[in-house]
Amino acid sequence: MSFPLLTATAVVPAVGAIATAALPAAKRTAAKWLALLFSLITFALALVVAFRFDPGAGAPFQLTESHAWIRDFGVRYELGVDGIAVALIALTTLLIPFIILAGWHDADPLEEATPNRRWRPTQGFFALILAVEAMVVLSFEATDVFLFYIFFEAMLIPMYFLIGGFGDRAGRDGEEEAAGRRSYAAVKFLLYNLAGGLIMLAAVIGLYAVTADQLGTGTFSLQQIVEARTAGTLNIGTGTERLLFLGFFFAFAVKAPLWPLHTWLPGAMGESTSPVAVLITAVVDKVGTFAMLRFCLQLFPEASSWATPVILVLALISIVYGALLAVAQRDIKRLIAYASISHFGFIILGIFAMTSQGQGGATLYMVNHGISTAALMLVAGFLISRRGSRLIADYGGVQKVAPVLAGTFLIGGLATLSLPGLAPFVSEFLVLVGTFTRYPVIGIIATLGIVLAALYVLVLYQRTMTGPVKAEVTNMPDLRVRELVVVAPLIALLLFLGVYPKPLTDLVNPAVQHTLSVVDKKDPKPTVQVNAVPGEGRHGHAANDQDVEAAK
Amino acid sequence: MSSVASVHSLWTVAAGAPGKIPGPHIEYAQLSPTLIVLGAAVIGVLIEAFVPRAARYYSQLLLSLVALAAAFAAVIGLAAGGFGSSKAHIAAMGAIAVDGPALFLQGTILLVSLIAVFTFAERRLDPAAHGKRVDSFAAEAAAVPGGAAEQAAVKAGFTTTEVFPILLFAVGGMLVFPAANDLLTLFVALEVFSLPLYILCALARRQRLLSQEAAVKYFLLGAFSSAFLLFGVALLYGYAGTVTYAGIAEVVSDGAKQIDPALAGTMGNDALLLIGGALVLMGLLFKVGAVPFHMWTPDVYQGAPTPVTGFMAAATKVAAFGALLRLLYVVLPGLRWDWRPVLWGVAILTMLGGAVVAITQTDIKRLLAYSSIAHAGFILAGVIATSEDGVSSVLFYLGAYSFVTLGAFAVVTLVRDAGGEATQLSKWAGLGRRSPLVAAVFAVFLLAFAGIPLTSGFAGKFAVFKAAAQSGAGWLVVVGVISSAIAAFFYIRVIVLMFFNEPKADGPTVAVPSPLTTTAIAIGVTATLVLGLAPQYFLDLAGQAGVFVR
Repeated sequence: MSFPLLTATAVVPAVGAIATAALPAAKRTAAKWLALLFSLITFALALVVAFRFDPGAGAPFQLTESHAWIRDFGVRYELGVDGIAVALIALTTLLIPFIILAGWHDADPLEEATPNRRWRPTQGFFALILAVEAMVVLSFEATDVFLFYIFFEAMLIPMYFLIGGFGDRAGRDGEEEAAGRRSYAAVKFLLYNLAGGLIMLAAVIGLYAVTADQLGTGTFSLQQIVEARTAGTLNIGTGTERLLFLGFFFAFAVKAPLWPLHTWLPGAMGESTSPVAVLITAVVDKVGTFAMLRFCLQLFPEASSWATPVILVLALISIVYGALLAVAQRDIKRLIAYASISHFGFIILGIFAMTSQGQGGATLYMVNHGISTAALMLVAGFLISRRGSRLIADYGGVQKVAPVLAGTFLIGGLATLSLPGLAPFVSEFLVLVGTFTRYPVIGIIATLGIVLAALYVLVLYQRTMTGPVKAEVTNMPDLRVRELVVVAPLIALLLFLGVYPKPLTDLVNPAVQHTLSVVDKKDPKPTVQVNAVPGEGRHGHAANDQDVEAAK
Repeated sequence: MSSVASVHSLWTVAAGAPGKIPGPHIEYAQLSPTLIVLGAAVIGVLIEAFVPRAARYYSQLLLSLVALAAAFAAVIGLAAGGFGSSKAHIAAMGAIAVDGPALFLQGTILLVSLIAVFTFAERRLDPAAHGKRVDSFAAEAAAVPGGAAEQAAVKAGFTTTEVFPILLFAVGGMLVFPAANDLLTLFVALEVFSLPLYILCALARRQRLLSQEAAVKYFLLGAFSSAFLLFGVALLYGYAGTVTYAGIAEVVSDGAKQIDPALAGTMGNDALLLIGGALVLMGLLFKVGAVPFHMWTPDVYQGAPTPVTGFMAAATKVAAFGALLRLLYVVLPGLRWDWRPVLWGVAILTMLGGAVVAITQTDIKRLLAYSSIAHAGFILAGVIATSEDGVSSVLFYLGAYSFVTLGAFAVVTLVRDAGGEATQLSKWAGLGRRSPLVAAVFAVFLLAFAGIPLTSGFAGKFAVFKAAAQSGAGWLVVVGVISSAIAAFFYIRVIVLMFFNEPKADGPTVAVPSPLTTTAIAIGVTATLVLGLAPQYFLDLAGQAGVFVR
């Protein structure tokens, strides 16, 4: 038996969480370093996974592990990764150290607080982050539907405590009121996701009943079910399949989030600290879109095709509606949240366009959106922590006082509006091309999202960073070393993947092809080769520049 | 005229040959769990009478623990001896079944009672009265609340050590209840465990009037339900001419073969069967706490001393569901098409009713009461499955649920202010800041109640819903998950209160318990997590115990 690499990738952060939580109250600094150490080890393991993974190999899942777990439920502890999972695990484990570094002081007890030997918020904060990481990694790795479901649901609990328990230092209104809004946001987050998850539970049970009925023994193994469906031994009736699909999709659409199930996200991202907001949007929400690719499409191909028109329209609404609301926001974090809703619309659009460019682009989009939002949100967090306010109107002229901060903020923003040369451009372009080849009208309307993105990002920059220096901003310090360490690598990565996305596309494409072959969809002609991205880039470059000009 | 003659002939036949009445054949070894517990209860009464007051507490505690442990060992021994599977049979002249479900449920009840004894015996939580440690029970139950006799009793440092034998009697009845194989044994067992429970409910040391009110309510409603049950038994006897489960089942499926002349007018009359079956079912659903027979639950849970509430919530539910299963699966399987739709309705009402009403509760004990109603609904979903899977899923759920419940109520006993336990939810605000460990433990129990994965609650819920879905009750499962979502709301609300709200200045403190309660809570948490992470062994156990003997 080979070394259980995938398990190790999840166990290390889990052990880290326990170890961090176990440290006594006085050892706050040690807890931070310990958490950072564990997150780095996890990242190293994820890199090993990425190198051991062979995109060219024929098997859909690699590095597989399989053990009996709950025989009575037909549940096995089955792990395996395809290219998509490898990319997302790498993204997750990459972001966590930055999140920990960025949140270094977020959970320090207030200075005036009376020392309490039992209350250890700092240890708790970092332990919860690591716990979320472990569960997210496992849900990317699980190839057993039940196993996936368990971690998909269980990760809500630590997330909930992260949102409700830790927030920005109180701004203009008192700590009490901030805590109230925070716990409201946390409860909303939890109830939305729990309701989604429970509806999925009904579908999970339904899936078991169907397989038990037709295969003799119930199973949750993704591979077994897919094989049985292609072999014809498992025939799910059309009505049943659609109901089951809807049950699964509902949970993922809440998590992703797709309009009209998105309303928990702005609150959750707005009220939590920015590292936690990054954790929500860049890491946890990705599980939703990832699961659409892995479970919705592969388990229920026919129902997926059936639902595609509606989902595309919903995704389109997400794109435009999210962008419009982002334009109207007065709160920096909520603006980024609505921008994320718009971006998730693009991802879902790409997935359900059912073309290789669309799905490849959507997968790239997940990774790139993670990195770009992390960069933007973390810098925004640094900004907010300096002034103690999230309102755009409270800032002005920051670029004269803190040029490095302003510069990194701009790059993060430009990545968010998919400026060519930065990573998100490639993926957004691919999604649009992939959509356009099959659904031209929807593709055209979706480009509206890009125009609006330019608007909200540039207006945000203009109002906060340019103009006369506001009195409260004059003494604002520039980025510290710790903060630079967080931002610089992310920006470097954005640039690198913007000009050379090939490693990622090579990793992802075989998996996308496999998914499409399960759904039984072929690209419409004329096909646009995914490898031809750099060449395509120039064309879009011009178009996009015009958008930016127009927005100005 | 003829009826008089036939009654007369019955009497003469019975009395005619006295020499031929065989002595009853009792398999003492197979009934040993029940006999040990009831025997210990009798000894407990003798201890109350003859042992000096100072030594009673320890001798009662020791006796109860030893008896329950011995009875549990006896259950294990019987199960290991194959009485759960191959040697399953009906003992004691057809009165008691010794089979898989019976042994599983008896084992669960005994373990639960063992832990309940720990919480009953806790003496560090209440502040010492006049220099003597006291428990949750009234100093002198017969004294008028607030009267001079009570003050004298408190001053003298009296404690009600009678609770231990009373508890043992209740446990004895509960052991028989799910194993009862004829309707009269069922009724006797019901009364044997109900009467001690009524008494236990009235024994709270604090808020005695509330406690006595709860006991009276419980007693009155319980008496009503017993009457219904007994009436149903009579009608079923009229229908089948027998009270044994197998006999009734035979008449239900094949019709009456030999018409007893005394019952010529009633035997085989389906109206009697349906009404009688419904009445017996009502009596059992009352004990289970299913809507619309749930009215007693919140008041009794709130008023009873919290250790008793925990014991009652866990053990009564196990015993009552055991009896319900046996009745439906052994006596009335032929009537499946009649009772399934009814139970569908009851299950849906119970799940939704419990979950919705729980949202508005402001008292933690009432909240847990309504949550227990909702859980009864979930378990009913497994009962409705009418399959072997259904039985084992219900058994598993009961085992998982009872440990969570016991643990949760044990935590409730710890949170106290000047007036005793602080059960008002608003007082729990900020508990997570003051005592993170206790709050975290309670959060684990709440998450298990809510059915969050990696806890036993999830495994149990999945098991019953799976069984229900496989039996074609897909829509019941949908209602189940919807009410789970509703229920999640109020569990989460308590967690919010504990962790995200600022503690109040005059808030309650968490008392440091003795090792007894600590052990009880630790066992609860361990069971919750183990059954959540690695339920396979216990599912196997419940799976092997899924067949009733007929």
